[in-house]
Amino acid sequence: MSSLILDHVNYIYEAGTAMEFAALKDINLVINKGEFIGLIGHTGSGKSTLVQHLNGLLAPSSGNIFFDGADIHDSDFDKKRLRSKVGLVFQYPEHQLFEIDVFSDVCFGPKNLGLDRKEVELRAYAALKQVGLSDEYFYQSPFDLSGGQKRRVAIAGVLAMKPEILVLDEPTAGLDPKGRDEILDQIAKLREETGITVILVSHSMEDVAKYVSRIIVMNRGQIMFDDVPREVFSHYKELESVGLAAPQVTYIMQALKKSGLDVDTDITTIREAKTEILRALKKEPS
Amino acid sequence: MLRDITLGQYYQTDSVIHRLDPRVKLTATICYIISLFIVDNVIGYIIAGLFLAMIIKLSRVPVKFMIRGMKAILFLLIIAVIFNLFLTPGEVLFSFWKLQITKEGIRLAGFMAIRLVFLIMGSSVMTLTTTPNNLTDGMEKLLGPLKRIRVPVHEISMMMSIALRFIPILLEETDKIMKAQIARGADFESGNLIKKAKSLVPLLVPLFISAFRRANDLAMAMEARCYRGGEHRTKMKPLIYQKRDRLAYGALAGYLVLCVILGKILL
Repeated sequence: MSSLILDHVNYIYEAGTAMEFAALKDINLVINKGEFIGLIGHTGSGKSTLVQHLNGLLAPSSGNIFFDGADIHDSDFDKKRLRSKVGLVFQYPEHQLFEIDVFSDVCFGPKNLGLDRKEVELRAYAALKQVGLSDEYFYQSPFDLSGGQKRRVAIAGVLAMKPEILVLDEPTAGLDPKGRDEILDQIAKLREETGITVILVSHSMEDVAKYVSRIIVMNRGQIMFDDVPREVFSHYKELESVGLAAPQVTYIMQALKKSGLDVDTDITTIREAKTEILRALKKEPS
Repeated sequence: MLRDITLGQYYQTDSVIHRLDPRVKLTATICYIISLFIVDNVIGYIIAGLFLAMIIKLSRVPVKFMIRGMKAILFLLIIAVIFNLFLTPGEVLFSFWKLQITKEGIRLAGFMAIRLVFLIMGSSVMTLTTTPNNLTDGMEKLLGPLKRIRVPVHEISMMMSIALRFIPILLEETDKIMKAQIARGADFESGNLIKKAKSLVPLLVPLFISAFRRANDLAMAMEARCYRGGEHRTKMKPLIYQKRDRLAYGALAGYLVLCVILGKILL
């Protein structure tokens, strides 16, 4: 089934000028169907550049990218089909809205796929439901909505193309904590229901720790870690050295351990931490 | 794809030309352009070319950047050359079908091409070595006397500096929105003219909205800092002529004299 393979991908901005800059250096990745991946990196670490390679918006300076076993930069490869299979939601996606009402804007993607009108509208409706937008907003101008709602509309615009891999570049940037949790919960729910592959790009471990099953950490254009969350967080000292941090829970558990409480430090969520601390306290003969 | 426009893009480095007072560079650019239209013989153009080469050398900007700016006028250049080549009356050298090439035509076309190339390169040197802010500061100061006849010099220069400042930002924004729409299956390349124009709607609407949003934010930020036009506004770095600026004016005057004598009167 749909999988993406990146094989020795390099990307250089402004090659041959004084501003030449290697944004990606020898990236090797296999993204399997159904995975929930967090792509973490500091600003300028190359994560946005990387995701633009996944649907062929940028072509690697060297190296290959395979989708379902076919090289996406072969001349006979259908890029349009790829872009419907790998849905990319950009940073601040609400800036791309342009139609007179919410519904037509969401229709834009499926319409570009050349589907008939009924199918387009069905998909748009389903997508808007998937992001949890209620009917009353469908025929409003997208510009009259709140920031969080606009973002949902924009995400629906990509979902309506029925991608098999959904890539979200900082989907929570600029949202308040409540809006952030709502969007992330919605994405997690969507993944459970449809089983699509989700790649969540973020600079905050805290955001993704709760949801993802695999974390890829990028630093200066290279992959630093690629593992399950607990393994990645155990390297919290190294993460700090590149300007990232493990979730606060990790720090608390480490501190508890140091002060003598016998807890398991491989904890990634607050709920796990609670159970673990209670267990340790019970065991402790005080 | 949209990054190829050099006009209005500053190339960061340190050189004599970079450090010159923007007023000198503005005056020099205008004088240089005028000189290109005064001279009308080969020696004149050789002088103009050497002068330009010297400036480019001094500016330490890679020549590649000047040439990149050239792409934008390539079309204009070709048209100018073709029209001059075929439509100038005079001594016929070749002719085929209804077209004829005259000696005068070749001469004019050649001069026209050189003029255009030098003109763009000359003004590119200015924009590549002067930050937009400096440039408009210089312009404001140069046009200062016009304030007496109630020309809003400060406002004009402020608008220009804002416009210049926003070119790269809007280019980047265009690039981003374009990519976002391509990711949604938009197609900006294929189709006939009408279809192409229509396909620009998803690009232009968000771009305009973002331009207005940015304008709004900027107005707010300016207001928050109590901006209220040029009256009584002082500068953090006032423009003051240095020795090198006076030297540059001297060199410019020398060049102009040379141009007039050799390029116009002598031959």
